[in-house]
Amino acid sequence: MSATAVAAPAVHSLWTTAAAAPIHAPKIEYAQLSPILVVLGAAVAGILVEAFVPRRARYGTQLAVTLIGLAGAFAAVVGLAATGYATTKADLAAMGSIAVDGPSLFLQGTLILVTAVGVLAIAERGLEPQSREVPHVDAFAPQAAAVPGSEDEKAAARAGWSTTEVFPLTLFALSGMLVFPAAGDLLTLFIGLEILSLPLYLMCALARRRRLLSQESAVKYFLLGAFASAFFLFGTALLYGYAGTLDLGGIAKVVTGDAAPNAALNASAHGDALLLIGGAMIVMGLLFKVGAVPFHAWTPDVYQGAPTPITGFMAAATKVAAFGALLRLLYVALPEMRWDWRPVMWGVAILTMALGAIVAVTQTDVKRMLAYSSIAHAGFLLTGVIAGNKQGVSAVLFYLAAYSFVTLGAFAVVTLVRDAGGEATHLSRWDGLGRRSPLVAVTFALFLLAFAGIPLTSGFSGKFAVFSAAAKGGAVPLVVVGVLCSAVAAFFYVRVIVRMFFAEPRADGPSVAVPSALTGTAIAVGAAATLVLGVFPQWAFDLADKASVFIR
Amino acid sequence: MNSYVPILVLGVLAAGFAVVTVVSAALTGPKRYNRAKLDPYECGIEASPQPAGGGRFPIKYYLTAMLFIVFDIEIVFLYPWAVSFDALGVFGLVEMLLFIATVFVAYAYVWRRGGLEWD
Repeated sequence: MSATAVAAPAVHSLWTTAAAAPIHAPKIEYAQLSPILVVLGAAVAGILVEAFVPRRARYGTQLAVTLIGLAGAFAAVVGLAATGYATTKADLAAMGSIAVDGPSLFLQGTLILVTAVGVLAIAERGLEPQSREVPHVDAFAPQAAAVPGSEDEKAAARAGWSTTEVFPLTLFALSGMLVFPAAGDLLTLFIGLEILSLPLYLMCALARRRRLLSQESAVKYFLLGAFASAFFLFGTALLYGYAGTLDLGGIAKVVTGDAAPNAALNASAHGDALLLIGGAMIVMGLLFKVGAVPFHAWTPDVYQGAPTPITGFMAAATKVAAFGALLRLLYVALPEMRWDWRPVMWGVAILTMALGAIVAVTQTDVKRMLAYSSIAHAGFLLTGVIAGNKQGVSAVLFYLAAYSFVTLGAFAVVTLVRDAGGEATHLSRWDGLGRRSPLVAVTFALFLLAFAGIPLTSGFSGKFAVFSAAAKGGAVPLVVVGVLCSAVAAFFYVRVIVRMFFAEPRADGPSVAVPSALTGTAIAVGAAATLVLGVFPQWAFDLADKASVFIR
Repeated sequence: MNSYVPILVLGVLAAGFAVVTVVSAALTGPKRYNRAKLDPYECGIEASPQPAGGGRFPIKYYLTAMLFIVFDIEIVFLYPWAVSFDALGVFGLVEMLLFIATVFVAYAYVWRRGGLEWD
């Protein structure tokens, strides 16, 4: 009897207090969110272009809208950084949802530049064999349901159908990526994760050639990505049960005991099981996006199946965004837990470096080899994350900027080497490429040397930075493993170079397509960034160093 | 632990309802099979059309379903705002108008690209 007497007013108060509590409209600092808003606005404009601009004019209009949007967003990032938001005026915008601070602005600027270069490769229409009937052919299926090479597809191409939706899709993915490293609470982080993932799943399925492989890769990416998202969301719920807040800074305060969790959660709050399991599940979701072992299984299949320009964009930009989010989560929300997460991350980093480098040796497909190489690089980046100091943050920021341009350039070169069946990605087809097309082979060799971390390339500067930060942070054994894995990785990079320059060219070997100015610019920017960040890295180190303080 | 008892009771009730209805229908209902009842799923199209040569197959059903979800989600956001729109004031109104505008951009895309034409 007494139980019901107590329960009745409690239930009643649920309604009365909810109705009495005033709702405050949120305060949104639009200027501080302008990079994200500009990109989203350009994406929405791109949808309208798809709807109302005549078919023939769509491609040019889309390219212009996309590049103008990216330029505007980059100007917004530079403007925010110049007014001090990266250092002294760092702020939590939109009621703590978006952190506008050094790492955010550095990574957002990197992401926008990476996307601009990626869009150039995506917009390429001069590589496929052309005819008078079908003058412009890009890397994407004009009609997804039509069989490649069938009359249906030819008719679609003749009618001028093309998948210009990739431009707004790229911008939507970018907007999610801009939110991802800047998210100040777990729910915003999750929304960023979904906004960046969904367009990518779609873009993976768009390949004109080897369409079944492409669609298979999209399904695999989607299913595994959905699992990762579910893990992430479940972890978010558990951490909320622990701390009673979704704010990264708020969670940190509850961990250290500086703040009391929500009174309504007294029964569950301070349960270490919730904190450990929740934190682990969120980190698992992020490690999936990063492509770290044991959450790497999707990487080779998706990188191989997706249209190569999309692979380049995805490999570069997703890694930047996901490592930004991982850094913010570990350094802002869970720094006091580092004695719990560091041993686990040690294991993940060692496995990732070793498996990526060793399995890459056995690969016979260029795109799969680059995929395993990206897994190994995720491991190298994790050593910088584990460093646990300010130097580690700036080293990871620099590494991300350097690595993303190398990746974009390498995949852009892969689009050029073609035979009758499209891109010739089997490594044996690349024999003697250096004798036929020395310029392309030398450029690819430059990117491979940068992946291997040879001095005077950006790969060396980046690896040096993360390894020295990790050594300073007390992770010397990890650095030893990293250097050993770099040596293994150097073997298969150099093996490709040897094939290109010292093997006999095959009589039926692939030819190198002459790219238009678009892909040419993308490769040139990639090569220039590789050399500049390798020979004169100091200004970029200084920039990353200034930008390496998180706000909470 | 006491607070979980109602959920447990609810779970038992739900499971009991499911079992009782299925069993009673199986015991008492008449069984007259025909072709339509043996089809995999009666929802407008064949479940896995296999056109000759792996060619094109109709997707209009999926388009309609996706469009429904877009507007379904729009309603999910509009209801809470409508309940407390006076408390949210002009800010809420402007934000909701922006939200509806972006949904209509997608709608315009579907309309212009023929997503609303059944044939």
